[in-house]
Amino acid sequence: MTTMPVRSRWRPQERHIPVLATLGLLALMYGLGSLRYIGFNDPQIILNVFIDNAFILVVAVGMTFVILTGGIDLSVGSVVALTTMLTAVLLERAHWPVPLVILTGLLAGAALGFGMGCIIHFFEIQPFIVTLAGMFLARGICYAISTSSIPINDPFWTYMGTSLKFGSLKVTWSVLISVAVVIIAALVLAFTKLGRDAYAVGGNPQSALLMGLPVGRTRIAVYTISGLCSALGGVLFTFYLPSGNSLHAIGMELTVIAAVVIGGTLLTGGTGYVWGTMLGVLSLGLIQTIITFEGTLSSWWTKMVIGILLFVFILLQRLIAARSPRPR
Amino acid sequence: MTRFTAAARTAVTHRLFWPAAVLAVLVLGNVAFTPNFLHIEVRNGHLYGSLIDILRLGAPLVVVSLGMTVVIATRGIDLSVGSTIAISGALACLVISDSGDQNSVGGVLVAVGLALALSLVLGLWNGFLVAGIGIQPIIATLILMVGGRGIAQLITDGQIITINSDPYELIGGGYLATFPFSVLVAVVMIALTAFLARRTALGVLIEATGGNAEASRLAGIRARGIMVMVYLFCGLCAGIAGLMISSNVHSADGNNAGLWYELDAILAVVIGGTSLGGGRFSLGGTVLGALIIQALSTTVYTVGIPPETTMLFKAVVVTVVCLIQSPAFRAKVFGRRPRPTPTTPAEPAKIEVPA
Repeated sequence: MTTMPVRSRWRPQERHIPVLATLGLLALMYGLGSLRYIGFNDPQIILNVFIDNAFILVVAVGMTFVILTGGIDLSVGSVVALTTMLTAVLLERAHWPVPLVILTGLLAGAALGFGMGCIIHFFEIQPFIVTLAGMFLARGICYAISTSSIPINDPFWTYMGTSLKFGSLKVTWSVLISVAVVIIAALVLAFTKLGRDAYAVGGNPQSALLMGLPVGRTRIAVYTISGLCSALGGVLFTFYLPSGNSLHAIGMELTVIAAVVIGGTLLTGGTGYVWGTMLGVLSLGLIQTIITFEGTLSSWWTKMVIGILLFVFILLQRLIAARSPRPR
Repeated sequence: MTRFTAAARTAVTHRLFWPAAVLAVLVLGNVAFTPNFLHIEVRNGHLYGSLIDILRLGAPLVVVSLGMTVVIATRGIDLSVGSTIAISGALACLVISDSGDQNSVGGVLVAVGLALALSLVLGLWNGFLVAGIGIQPIIATLILMVGGRGIAQLITDGQIITINSDPYELIGGGYLATFPFSVLVAVVMIALTAFLARRTALGVLIEATGGNAEASRLAGIRARGIMVMVYLFCGLCAGIAGLMISSNVHSADGNNAGLWYELDAILAVVIGGTSLGGGRFSLGGTVLGALIIQALSTTVYTVGIPPETTMLFKAVVVTVVCLIQSPAFRAKVFGRRPRPTPTTPAEPAKIEVPA
């Protein structure tokens, strides 16, 4: 592939096509929206999508790591809820200092992810089942802590919830944090040993093992990262919606998996980019915006459109996989 | 003595032993808390009792899990059953509420027929995606899982359709000859599935497809047809369960009907000892698994644990059952060698087959 003669025309690499397709879709939706609705072409619309989806973006980044290794993490939504609950309880009931509260939340998420990773690796149980149990566990702990919603009234949360102004544009700290997470994750995947190992394990675990790569360590690491990202997503969630509630983020794992798939990451593992995931999250957010702008459409159209998009993108991936000379 | 230990060892290594033991422990635990737990009586010509309740409320899960078992046996998975449950219930309730006389048997039969036909179409769609286009089952069915909720809400127009139809109520909440009708339906489905899977060649074909789809195709099995068939069957099972659930609560809720059913069904199958890796499957284990899950929920209510913590219990039971069944766990903790049966069916056919 690398020794091909210089082409006169630029053609995208095949592994980039899904990401480019998502980018095209995003541009198309934005263009059509701008033509159809007044005030849609305001750059603030894009920023609002970021503001509303910052926590999903962070969680989706963690999910991308897991899916790249060919695994899946169903526990993310519950971990987000658990983090909001822990944060609220530690702040409002136990009155812990702010940094300690955030640190505890993040550590709890990472620890849960680490535990699931260990069970998956050492006891060879399918990730689907282990993370399903993790999902029940985290949600169950939430309910055990409190069944009612606990509001957060800390001044720090009030500050993080207000938007920063750049001229006429507004963003929140959460947006900056989530973009930073995307950049860090992209760098980790592209340039560190852990990142390259994740791709190798997802491509073919057997070969990765034979090559002497630390398959077990990589697997445990990606679930820990996913747990950590979910916990961070939970913290960002409390900035967005300052309360702890066991019912937060129900069904979020599906949205996140859908975003990762639409972003061009193969669920079999081995191929995908964090950038794609970001575009996937933005696409889902933009659909929501369009449906809000349309006004007459009911909210359930969101789900159907997401379903259709999933179908189209999966079909696209199949076509690319069928064209590529490598065996699956 | 030695014969006894040998017999005990055979019992322990039987693959239905652990699920059965867990179920027995759950029931016995209940007896300790509520002494009349095992009590069953006939009142007004109907069977009453906690055990009957477990069977009656567990019937939809048993039916869904049957479908899930055969899908998982072909190394697939069907995440869309929850949505199919919602769609089937929604359509049936819509048809009944639109018909002039809600109590007419003919109208209810039409509603049931339409709902089941739609479920079959949904199953066919999944089967087409998996076998026709070759999409990974988990993603292929994810499409319907996400989109299906939208379809269900579209059918109910975002509302909860409430109906008042005696013939329809029979399906989920009624009694026939002292037995709850839903339990009878479940029993018929179990018998039918068991007959088709164990008394005809179909079971072997399904296991062969799950063991190695490519090899079974080369052996002359129409693997694609088998796969489409199992998804069809799973859709049908979910449709029946959807009718039971909506009939039991006299209403259809596109948003919440059958929520998390796919997870419970998959759990039931895994607890019952069917590997997610495909190949062998155990219908008896699945039925036990589904009953364990239902018994767990009932236990939480009867023992007086706050119902919100059901999930915590589920997590613990699932983890324990899966760990016990994991050969790697047994080898590491009990120091035993893993069983000689290949637990991880060697890498899926990556070998190029000369055409």
